[in-house]
Amino acid sequence: MYAFDYHRPTTARQAAGLLGKDEDVRLLAGGQSLLPMMKLRLVQAGDLVDLNAVDELRGIARSPRSLTIGAMTRHAEVADSPDVAEAIPALAAMASTIGDPAVRAMGTLGGSIANNDPAADYPSACLALGATIVTNKRKIEADDFFKGLFETALEPGELVVKVSFPVPAKAGYAKFRHPASRFALVGVFVAKRSADIRVAVTGAGANGVFRWLEAEEALKARFIVKSLDGLVASTDGLNSDIHADAEYRAHLIAVMAKRAVQQATA
Amino acid sequence: MVAVNMTVNGKPASAELDPRTLLVQFLRDHLRLTGTHVGCDTSQCGACVVHMDGHAVKSCTVLAATCSGSQVTTIEGLANAAGLHPMQEAFRENHGLQCGFCTPGMIMTAVDLVHRKGFALDETTIREELEGNLCRCTGYHNIVKAIAAGAQAMAAEGPAQQVAE
Ligand SMILES: Cc1cc2nc3c(=O)[nH]c(=O)nc-3n(C[C@H](O)[C@H](O)[C@H](O)COP(=O)(O)OP(=O)(O)OC[C@H]3O[C@@H](n4cnc5c(N)ncnc54)[C@H](O)[C@@H]3O)c2cc1C
Ligand code: FES
Ligand code: FES
Repeated sequence: MYAFDYHRPTTARQAAGLLGKDEDVRLLAGGQSLLPMMKLRLVQAGDLVDLNAVDELRGIARSPRSLTIGAMTRHAEVADSPDVAEAIPALAAMASTIGDPAVRAMGTLGGSIANNDPAADYPSACLALGATIVTNKRKIEADDFFKGLFETALEPGELVVKVSFPVPAKAGYAKFRHPASRFALVGVFVAKRSADIRVAVTGAGANGVFRWLEAEEALKARFIVKSLDGLVASTDGLNSDIHADAEYRAHLIAVMAKRAVQQATA
Repeated sequence: MVAVNMTVNGKPASAELDPRTLLVQFLRDHLRLTGTHVGCDTSQCGACVVHMDGHAVKSCTVLAATCSGSQVTTIEGLANAAGLHPMQEAFRENHGLQCGFCTPGMIMTAVDLVHRKGFALDETTIREELEGNLCRCTGYHNIVKAIAAGAQAMAAEGPAQQVAE
């Protein structure tokens, strides 16, 4: 790791103040992506602002129509929360598939979406559920937040405070795990909120998470597995690597989409 | 440098550290608690698992500074004057190790698993929960057996064991 100065704020306001606008200052959340990258010297930070003592960024609040989750809420807390299990069970189930128990004990929602790894799980949940990302400056719709590989709409000086998920009528997530890393080789999150149906795909796109519009259209007729019969995902813009070529990923998208709908309608 | 104060195995531990110091480096190099191992240093293998405020974490992927104010338990903190922790005893009884390199992490993960999921653990659950712990020797069968047996033995010990942490 390159050397850095360490800061440990206890309020979000202090954290934002320390973050300033300097691109050399980095936030540390669960550290489950950032620390490995810093060890490899892929990331260098002059100053590290540790959010682990900022309690106000943590927690899950439920209202009849939405679930709001603080940026520093751990994956394990989302996976085990009775509120999440009741309001959006697919979200709890998704969180329980991230990495392993030790990763889930540290890793956070805010860190995951700010990182926007093209194979991460949370971006697909945010996009499919039509979540709103609340920062210290503004509110950003999930549709405008994820900008490509490890790219988001966050600007210098901006930190994720919480994410608000509207409660869907139905939702499901199916993930084909990379056999070694356990990240999504392909993951598909589907959600239905009255007439709004969204299908978000992670792991497959060369540019990160995206919506599979043809599947959304097909599910509008009827929100059942059969509606997806025969539908083939295009290989355009899909990742091809030693783990899976674009054609295989396209195949997995259709299979995972069906499994996700099956879960949602079970 | 950054001032770090935490409780390790029930005793206060403080130091002025380079902020880059990982929890595992603090435990091994500063406190000489070398039971916690480094297998990969890339967050994959789980040899470095310890408990931080009651949760299993990979100590190669946590800054020591982040643990300020926390309670940390390592493999050295499990046994007490009366003898080995029931999970340690179960690994011994069931031949749950060969070279022993992964064992501290396996046991810390197993104890955390019992705390989260209770004393009656089926094989599928145990295997799923070992997702983040790699063993190069045993083929896992006896580790799985040991954890099931250790969980039962912890039930027999009852709440006393919980307090020990
Ligand atoms: C072995 C292993 C397996 C994993 N498997 C999976 C998996 O299956 N699926 C999956 O989705 N992920 C997986 N992960 C990644 C894990 O989910 C991380 O926890 C997550 O990607 C990052 O969250 P974090 O809290 O650890 O963030 P950090 O690593 O601390 O930070 C990540 C980035 O986000 C920035 N950041 C953090 N918080 C904020 C904030 N509030 N506002 C703005 N920026 C912020 C940081 O500056 C940094 O750039 C795995 C990780 C490991 C080590
Ligand atoms: S040494 Fe920490 S996970 Fe391998
Ligand atoms: S016993 Fe040798 S690595 Fe597990």
